[in-house]
Amino acid sequence: MVTIKMQPLSGKRKAYDRILRFLLYFCAALTCALLIFIIGYIFVKGLPHITWEFLSTEPSFIRDSIGILPNILNTVYLVVVTLIIILPLGVGAAIYLTEYATNRRLVSILEFATETLTGIPSIIFGLVGMLFFCQFLGLQASLLAGSLTLVIMTIPTIICTTQESLKTVPQSYREAALGLGAGKWHMIRTVVLPSSVDGIVTGCILSIGRIVGESAALLFTAGMGMSMNSFFSSFDNFIHSSGASLTVALYVYARERAEFDVAFAIAAILMILTLLINLTAKLVGRKLKKK
Amino acid sequence: MNVLFFLCGFIAVVFVLFISVYLIISGLPAIQEIGLVDFLFGTTWASTASEPSFGILPFILTSIYGTAGAIVLGVPVGFMTAVFLAKVAPPKLAAVVRPAVDLLAGIPSVVYGLIGMMVLVPAVREFFNLPDGASLFCAIIVLAVMILPSIISVSENALKAVPREYEEASLALGATHIETVFRVSVPAASSGIAASVVLGIGRAIGEAMAIIMVAGNVANMPGLFKSVRFLTTAVASEMAYASGLQRQALFSIALVLFLFIMLINVVLNTLLKRKKG
Repeated sequence: MVTIKMQPLSGKRKAYDRILRFLLYFCAALTCALLIFIIGYIFVKGLPHITWEFLSTEPSFIRDSIGILPNILNTVYLVVVTLIIILPLGVGAAIYLTEYATNRRLVSILEFATETLTGIPSIIFGLVGMLFFCQFLGLQASLLAGSLTLVIMTIPTIICTTQESLKTVPQSYREAALGLGAGKWHMIRTVVLPSSVDGIVTGCILSIGRIVGESAALLFTAGMGMSMNSFFSSFDNFIHSSGASLTVALYVYARERAEFDVAFAIAAILMILTLLINLTAKLVGRKLKKK
Repeated sequence: MNVLFFLCGFIAVVFVLFISVYLIISGLPAIQEIGLVDFLFGTTWASTASEPSFGILPFILTSIYGTAGAIVLGVPVGFMTAVFLAKVAPPKLAAVVRPAVDLLAGIPSVVYGLIGMMVLVPAVREFFNLPDGASLFCAIIVLAVMILPSIISVSENALKAVPREYEEASLALGATHIETVFRVSVPAASSGIAASVVLGIGRAIGEAMAIIMVAGNVANMPGLFKSVRFLTTAVASEMAYASGLQRQALFSIALVLFLFIMLINVVLNTLLKRKKG
């Protein structure tokens, strides 16, 4: 019987171990504390000012009241229009990259472009969007121009998440479908896409998160108006309505009008939306993993 | 159908080319008129003066100092949190911290700006006895918090990808768990961690809305407690009313910012490639 006697750790090694372990816990705690502080502060300052009237009216100088219904509707408009445009484009791009493209060089160039697009700051999207959509195409500052700018900005999100989930569809599914005599597009439509729906949904949720939180790209493209739009009364209204999204409204109220209660209330609403979006993305992601 | 997908596949390339070409076309005229050297190295920006001067050195330096400051503050905390999540945290604790980091990433930048403006700026004014708290210092702190999530998640993934055998070999030689993590896992994941820092630099240099609310927005040469303007905020703060040469100069600033970002992207890509290969 041989007994192995472990030498006790030297004092220096013990200290190294202790100090680093402490730092690790400290930094993780700091990160969490920051988050808790931000959420707590926003909720304490913002939640008391959220009333039904605040959510359901537009600002009125006569009654000297501020409501954010127009901003909520503008945000919904931006989300819906942007998603309608990026869904087919983004999913199409992902299908091309995973199912059709055969040249590896080409695929890596295309993926590099997608990554580059992710890295471009939103203020640059805002500037180019303003120059191209608002001035060159004559849309002026309008929600449609804002949506089109957001399309350029958020398309990488959809492409990446869709691509990831297309890659998880087993090759044997495709072979089986092709073996049964299905054409390529028929195979994609009936076999590949249905099994990657979860990934596409995750992509949509993440895109909604980016759209709801975006401000710099919208400042010069979608306008800063605070009054109601009637998008659907005519086609012309649909194209030319302009106004501030929730984020831009927060910025305007905080920086230009010194209405800090309103700004905090909007911030609280944005935080609740962020929480909901994160939660949904997580649930869908978990469902995806189970498969 | 094939043609349709082919077109969709190229959409990202089209967008990137479109943005590059558009920025170059609209950014060059002002640089030509002002002169490249005067534009890049001029120290005064007085776009609305009767004899306007368009030197963007203050903005460039502010962006560089601000980003460097954010990296110095943010990277250690982010890196340690990533190590904690990947290697040290008990699974149950990690399951609480990780969503918190994701949430931090999802908070809109104007909300960071609002908190900075209402909490940080008055606190800095009180603490350092300044006439106005809005300064480069506040911007650095806000940026440091904002880049945390990207640093944490990229570093964590890199650390998790370190082969288990490396660590087992080190443990078998008698190293403690912490020694193994810092002397084996971290060096093995170094290119991924470097990528996270570069990503953080990209985030910090491109951020506009949060720092426009805390940096004070005066076109000073940078100083820690001076009111300053970044490349991004220079564009954002004058765009609404600019015209003529001033407006074109703003496009040129955007072009400079874009070149910075492209450089960072290329570095990031090489780092990530090396990790794969």
